[in-house]
Amino acid sequence: MSAVIFFIAAIGAIAGAIGVIALRNPFYSVLALVGHLISLAALFLLLRAEFVAAAQVVVYAGAVMVLYVFVVAYVGDGTTPIGPGGSGLRVAAGLFVGALFVELTIAMLGSGLKAIDTKGAPYRAGFGQPAAIGQALLTKFLFPFEVASLLLLVAAVGAVVLARRRRGLEGGGDEQDDTSRYITVRSLFTGTMAETVGVVPLPPEDRFGNGNGAANGGGNGHDGGNGSGAAGPRVPDERGGW
Amino acid sequence: MDISWYLVVSAFIFCIGAAGVLTRRNPLVILLCLELMLNAANLALIAFSRMHGNSDGQIFAIIVMVVAACEVTVGLGLIVAIYRRRLPIDVDELRELQG
Repeated sequence: MSAVIFFIAAIGAIAGAIGVIALRNPFYSVLALVGHLISLAALFLLLRAEFVAAAQVVVYAGAVMVLYVFVVAYVGDGTTPIGPGGSGLRVAAGLFVGALFVELTIAMLGSGLKAIDTKGAPYRAGFGQPAAIGQALLTKFLFPFEVASLLLLVAAVGAVVLARRRRGLEGGGDEQDDTSRYITVRSLFTGTMAETVGVVPLPPEDRFGNGNGAANGGGNGHDGGNGSGAAGPRVPDERGGW
Repeated sequence: MDISWYLVVSAFIFCIGAAGVLTRRNPLVILLCLELMLNAANLALIAFSRMHGNSDGQIFAIIVMVVAACEVTVGLGLIVAIYRRRLPIDVDELRELQG
């Protein structure tokens, strides 16, 4: 029975892997990789790695592949052609990969490990289950666990920095961020709270108020006259400080 | 099934991933092929873990999954940045590292 499941899962994994590199549309490649990952999780279950199989399905086939699908949908650009002039390169790549497969197989099967032709060590209760994995992670492998969490943090920050929307790119079509419209420089303890958080749009000469202080030389009278047209609350007198 | 079968499957998936990295030109697909290679390594790790009856290899596989997730995050961020700059999404065109 386990042999049947093994062959089904192995064929599924290999077919998914071939689908990833053979399909032209990246979206279908991602879907093939999802099938590959689920088949691989079945292989993990056969090897009694239950927690890793569950993590594979939840984290990989769930979260990471959703990320891929979003990026493929965002970038669009469906069928990228393989391109002319690559045929010689593809033949060379095929030869290299065939040699690599032969070498890997010889290296692993010819390694002289005595147990490699058995079904493995006798099964112990709790092997590969979440309790055993968690205990190992928090006792014996505590330092790699913490380093992995730090690595995840760095990767998350790096992804945000890389993919954020920058200002001043060439190419125009990108919509610029409008945060500068809402950020006003004003001295402390002046203005209303609504103006401070940028809810009320300020009139143009009030932006970056420190530079425009001389232009507002009219003082309170100027502010009072300006307040008639603007919507929202006006506080003519409290801003006299700048 | 014997452990050697799993190792052969692992080697085969690794080679398929390597072929994809060498031949495809879309960086998204290249990232997918890197995932294939990492998963093949995971399968070998877990097969050896089963062979020895020692669950340290499974911890190693989990750490590899974490590293793969980080790599995917940064790689997809790079691809989105490339797309924002209206550069061609093709590794043969992206030869220069200057910003």
